[in-house]
Amino acid sequence: MTMMKHLLGAAGALALTAGAAAAEPALIYDLGGKFDKSFNEAAFNGAERWAKETGGTYKEIEMQNEAQREQALRRLAEAGSNPIVTTGFGMSDPIATVSKDFPDTKFVTIDGWVDPAEHPNVLTIGFAEHEGSYLVGMMAALASKTGTVSFVGGMDIPLIRNFACGFAQGAVAVNPDIKFISNMTGTTPAAWNDPVKGSELAKAQKSQGSDVIFAAAGGTGLGVLQAAADEGILSIGVDSNQNHLHPGSVLTSMLKRVDVAVYNSMMQGAELDTTTQALNLASDGVGYAMDENNAELVTAEMQATVDAAAEQIKSGALVVHDYRTDDTCPAATF
Amino acid sequence: MDYATLLQVLDTTLRLATPLLLACLAGLYSERAGIFDIGLEGKMLAAAMSAGAVAALTGSAWAGLLAGIGASMLFALLHGIAAITFRGNQLISGVALNFLASGLTVLIAQALFQQGGRTPPLSGPARFNAITLPGAEALRDVPVVGPLYYEVISGHSILVYMAFLIVPLTWWILFRTRFGLRLRAVGENPAAVDTAGISVVGLRFAAVGITGILCGIAGAYMATALQAGFGREMTAGRGYIALAALIFAKWRPVAAMWACLLFGFFQALALRPDVVQAVVQVRVPVPLLDALPYMLTVLVLAGFVGKAIPPRAGGQPYVKER
Repeated sequence: MTMMKHLLGAAGALALTAGAAAAEPALIYDLGGKFDKSFNEAAFNGAERWAKETGGTYKEIEMQNEAQREQALRRLAEAGSNPIVTTGFGMSDPIATVSKDFPDTKFVTIDGWVDPAEHPNVLTIGFAEHEGSYLVGMMAALASKTGTVSFVGGMDIPLIRNFACGFAQGAVAVNPDIKFISNMTGTTPAAWNDPVKGSELAKAQKSQGSDVIFAAAGGTGLGVLQAAADEGILSIGVDSNQNHLHPGSVLTSMLKRVDVAVYNSMMQGAELDTTTQALNLASDGVGYAMDENNAELVTAEMQATVDAAAEQIKSGALVVHDYRTDDTCPAATF
Repeated sequence: MDYATLLQVLDTTLRLATPLLLACLAGLYSERAGIFDIGLEGKMLAAAMSAGAVAALTGSAWAGLLAGIGASMLFALLHGIAAITFRGNQLISGVALNFLASGLTVLIAQALFQQGGRTPPLSGPARFNAITLPGAEALRDVPVVGPLYYEVISGHSILVYMAFLIVPLTWWILFRTRFGLRLRAVGENPAAVDTAGISVVGLRFAAVGITGILCGIAGAYMATALQAGFGREMTAGRGYIALAALIFAKWRPVAAMWACLLFGFFQALALRPDVVQAVVQVRVPVPLLDALPYMLTVLVLAGFVGKAIPPRAGGQPYVKER
């Protein structure tokens, strides 16, 4: 029996050291899917960049439904993955549950919120979506000929309202009389994957006069961009650079550097610093995309105006209201 | 709400009602023959993926449509084998096929195109584009009727018109042909049909096959007309709303059309909360509008709006000599 214990203990120690030596990071994608050409794909790009530069490998899992979240976290943690990077606000609660059982494993929640005081091994990375949205809102108002701009959100959550609110503030800053329309696709995670409804919302907004539509809706947003291209109006992509999807129709994309967040987390590996990060304009965590696909749509004056505002935001001279701080928006009602 | 806004909402209604209508009629054939089918969703999804993939590969929307119908019929055949030949539980077979479609479509699309389970964006002849009906431009300036014809009736893809033509066709087949009589009989009293020397199994397979064709058109419409390609889970529960519409319409084709138009209208209204607010003077939460079709169906099932009696032999596998 003692012999057995020793053997087991040795095997266990071996397994532990083996796990620590090969501690490869893991990445969990949210329900929108790995190749959503947006949020999750940005995370994938960041992980790929890390893998290329370090020659390391990482594990990845795509969530198919809510019930898998905790199970996936536990499985990866038990397999010795460290750190475990997750995208989407939906991972917060499962991480809060699981992280206590694996105190030596680092967890990262991008877009979520886990209290660092209670969970010292969890890193919360948030983005100042309102700042990036503010810039594309300005650009939308500058490009609009009808004086109406609009927003299509995915699931109706404070995070998405923050996009809408920043966008509206930027539009109003350029044109105080601008008309702003906002629609949310739904109230369940299915709202991230309903391009048909996205298209119809875009068409409905066009019939109300909108000629620039900002979509922050995951896979649903692809339907919005498609409808805008079909109808001959402008659209604005989100998270990843989506300008190439419909060249000449996508005015710009509001960038959220999820790739940078993932890359940095994986770079630090098991030694990850879990001080809560808020990536904003000043730290290049958010921004807008310019490339050859939208070069003809954005004039030099437009870019100059937007860049001037960006400088003001960076220096703190201009403060964009964050919807999540008090659940209100000075420029729009929901 | 002014007239122009009403026309816009009706225009959206037609577009959104079409997949519901096709799926609803599909379910109607199957259920009238005594085979419950909650796999409409899965069949539409399989068809949408095949249509999107083949249209992208061949550049022809019609080839996509045929592929969509083929894929949907394959699923219908599986359902038929499980539910008719092996007398399995029809609901379980339907649910299983829904799951199968959900996973398989993404897997195949990913293997084919490596675009994360989507098919490549379609353009030009690879899509069913909107067609302008004859005289729409000329009649446009005629008051009231002109805009209605131009904005609402004209300017849809050909599949929309096909869907609405299938309604009278279905009525005629069900109530004016020998095949229709037998189909209805096999859903009410298969033993009587069998006694008359007609194959119950054959009739039920025919009905399930027609279900496959119609779901195929519905899926192809979503991937190649409404959208420009397939996306994961793009049917987003429309197969279930179609089932609700079928119950709401009490398994009758013309009523099914009105039910689908009504549900399509609710969906269109949910896109325009501003219009709803202007009409009722109260801010109505969008989720409430989204839930209306289901609430209406529950009301019907509870017996508040007439009585919904399903085909009597529905859900029961037929066994000779019972």
